[in-house]
Amino acid sequence: MGAHMITPIHAHEGVTVKLSRHKKLAGAVVGAAAIALLATGCSGGGNAGGSTKGATLTYWASNQGTSLANDKAVLTPELNKFTKETGIKVKLEVIGWNNLQTRINTAVSSGVGPDVLNIGNTWAPYLGATGAFLPFDSANMKAIGGADKFVATALATGGQQGKTVTSVPLYGLAYGLYYNKKMFSDAGLTPPTTWEDMVSDAQKLTKGGVHGIGLEAGSYTENVHFAFITAEQNGGQLFDSAGKPTFTSDAVVSGVQRYLDLMQTDKVVDTSNAQYTNGTEASADFAKGKVAMIVNQDNAGPNLTADGMASDAYGVVPIPAPAGGQQVSSGIQGINLSIFKNTKNQAAALKFVKFMTSEATQSVLGKPYASIPVLKGVTPTFTDDPEIAKVFSDVYNNRSKPYPLVPLEGAFETNVGNALNNLFATIATKGSVSKAQIKAALQAAQDKTNAS
Amino acid sequence: MAVTTERPTVVAGTKGSPAPKNRKRHLPGGWLPFALIAPAVILEILIHIAPMLTGIWISFIHLTQLYIANWGAAPFEGLGNYQVSLDFNSALGASLLQSFAITCAYTVVVVAVSWIIGMAAAVALQRAFRGRAIFRTLFLVPYAIPMYAGIIAWKFMFQQTGAVNHFLTQIGLTSADHEPFWLIGGNSLPALMTVAIWKTWPFAFLMLMAGLQSVNEDLYEAAALDGARPFRQWRSITLPGLGPVNRVLVLVLFLWTFNDFNTPYILFGVGNAPPQADLISIHIYNTSFQNQSFGLGSSMSVLLLLFLLVVTGIYLAISSRRSNDNA
Repeated sequence: MGAHMITPIHAHEGVTVKLSRHKKLAGAVVGAAAIALLATGCSGGGNAGGSTKGATLTYWASNQGTSLANDKAVLTPELNKFTKETGIKVKLEVIGWNNLQTRINTAVSSGVGPDVLNIGNTWAPYLGATGAFLPFDSANMKAIGGADKFVATALATGGQQGKTVTSVPLYGLAYGLYYNKKMFSDAGLTPPTTWEDMVSDAQKLTKGGVHGIGLEAGSYTENVHFAFITAEQNGGQLFDSAGKPTFTSDAVVSGVQRYLDLMQTDKVVDTSNAQYTNGTEASADFAKGKVAMIVNQDNAGPNLTADGMASDAYGVVPIPAPAGGQQVSSGIQGINLSIFKNTKNQAAALKFVKFMTSEATQSVLGKPYASIPVLKGVTPTFTDDPEIAKVFSDVYNNRSKPYPLVPLEGAFETNVGNALNNLFATIATKGSVSKAQIKAALQAAQDKTNAS
Repeated sequence: MAVTTERPTVVAGTKGSPAPKNRKRHLPGGWLPFALIAPAVILEILIHIAPMLTGIWISFIHLTQLYIANWGAAPFEGLGNYQVSLDFNSALGASLLQSFAITCAYTVVVVAVSWIIGMAAAVALQRAFRGRAIFRTLFLVPYAIPMYAGIIAWKFMFQQTGAVNHFLTQIGLTSADHEPFWLIGGNSLPALMTVAIWKTWPFAFLMLMAGLQSVNEDLYEAAALDGARPFRQWRSITLPGLGPVNRVLVLVLFLWTFNDFNTPYILFGVGNAPPQADLISIHIYNTSFQNQSFGLGSSMSVLLLLFLLVVTGIYLAISSRRSNDNA
């Protein structure tokens, strides 16, 4: 149907085809070259030593303050001080938590990144295993002031178990149980010292639209921290000595069940908490008097003040263990400092790390970042309340355990955290989960972790 | 097949002359067309083809977070990643299969409902009436809104204390103290489908409306005179008239919906997709970027690509055979 007009160019089909074949070949060569480039993963050489004056360091800071702009405002005076002392300039970039891990992974993959960077301390083992970060051997450790200046438990988080650390502690954080002083005194209760006490106190306070405890039950990072803490309280381990995951051991399963029971059987946590994902909803509820207790890291203070809660309206106690359980109240949370192995300014970078981990800088930055000191013998500045300071220092130094120092730790966080998210979602929508379902979810998380 | 009388002249002209001179003289435009498309071709290769080939290569190696510093050191796995992905007895394979099943159900429902609503709207607005332009504009709004803004608005509406529950309470379908969750649990898939249909049906409406312009109005009059009811008219005149448009439309809707990443990503947030609404695009993203199992994620991507190619091939074969029968 219809007439086909053959235009003159078709008569030269043979010629046209030959030309485009050449084009295709050229294209294939370009493509192969691109693949080859990507495959080898360029990494430049570093040069240690040499004069450091006039060098410029690139520093990636994490979001520790109330906003990225706030971080910049807090850090810049310190960086200027550093430049004045050493003549080294620092180019600062503050990166939000939703992006930071991806940016770091990209830098590791491409070999192009900053000189110095903040990392979540639980990432230290897997980042250490990539081989992209400078190990703090005896020479490097001496250059930053020696290993002895750090709190031993904090330094332990710096890398893989039994290997030279590839990061050093910068800010310390710990979990605590915040409670509303007025609600407790009105009900004639004292702050709980065992998990069972905490549950019964919470049940007495759950009435009239108020719930006993607020949880970030939709946040996989928060949930996985409590899977860890409850397992440790039960004397259990998440990884065995060979580094293999043991998520389905009794201690872990019953620890997770105890945590989930707060919503499903004890009914002291509102089901709406299953959608709390960004780490601030529970503390907002606490500030507005909708919950009597929250579990939060010690940097809740600025958020509570911003939400209108007076700082003497709340108190803090360590998260209690069940009667007869291990006295563990927190993981060793915090931020560590790492240097990229292929930095071109190694000596300058070491000087910067020394500066950031010096007493002077730590006491200045401790306050806005609510950081528990990572250096031995330093007075905490993260809060004005001496009671609260005492509790958190005690938790950080005596009642906390490091997260598993194995490369699969990252996979553990993602898989177990998400498993808990889904279990809470099931409780919120369907009412309850059985012990068998909990074990199955943890088994699936374990299988996924093994396959990473 | 008709042949123009020009042809013999041109062919005769080429045959007897030396090749290079003729190339310059008879190729219209000479090297210019190739020079003009060269940047596009090069960029297409660098930005599209080379990364795709790299992705396929990644699916054959064990690329995890431990090897991203040096891809070349990652151990070669051959078909290992594919075996893990397709081992439906293991946790990973089973979750991929579940994700695939959810995506199929999602695609079927979204495409079908979008097409039905789009068709209904196109037919309703087929004949001119006062105010038709307003309806046309209104119906295109979901398609015109920036995707992020639209989906974020839905995310707020689907909160437990949000507009959707408020409305449902007002009309008595739920009570104020048992407001359902829409973004977690079993309701998350219907919620996701709702947002996708809201986003997609204006495109179907647009295409069908354009296609309807070419259907002859007189046919409807003739059919009405013969006593055909509106549905019969639609089935026998409108539907066949829209045949070519529908063939392309359904295929495009299927591919876009099956690959939909933006809707679940924005609606549920990073890493928070509930397992009941775990679309395959999000599943692969999570495997690669949340679990850092890039090799596994790439193998899933390749399997997805193969599946879509097969489906598209079958679809085109069936539909072109049918159109050949009709022609």
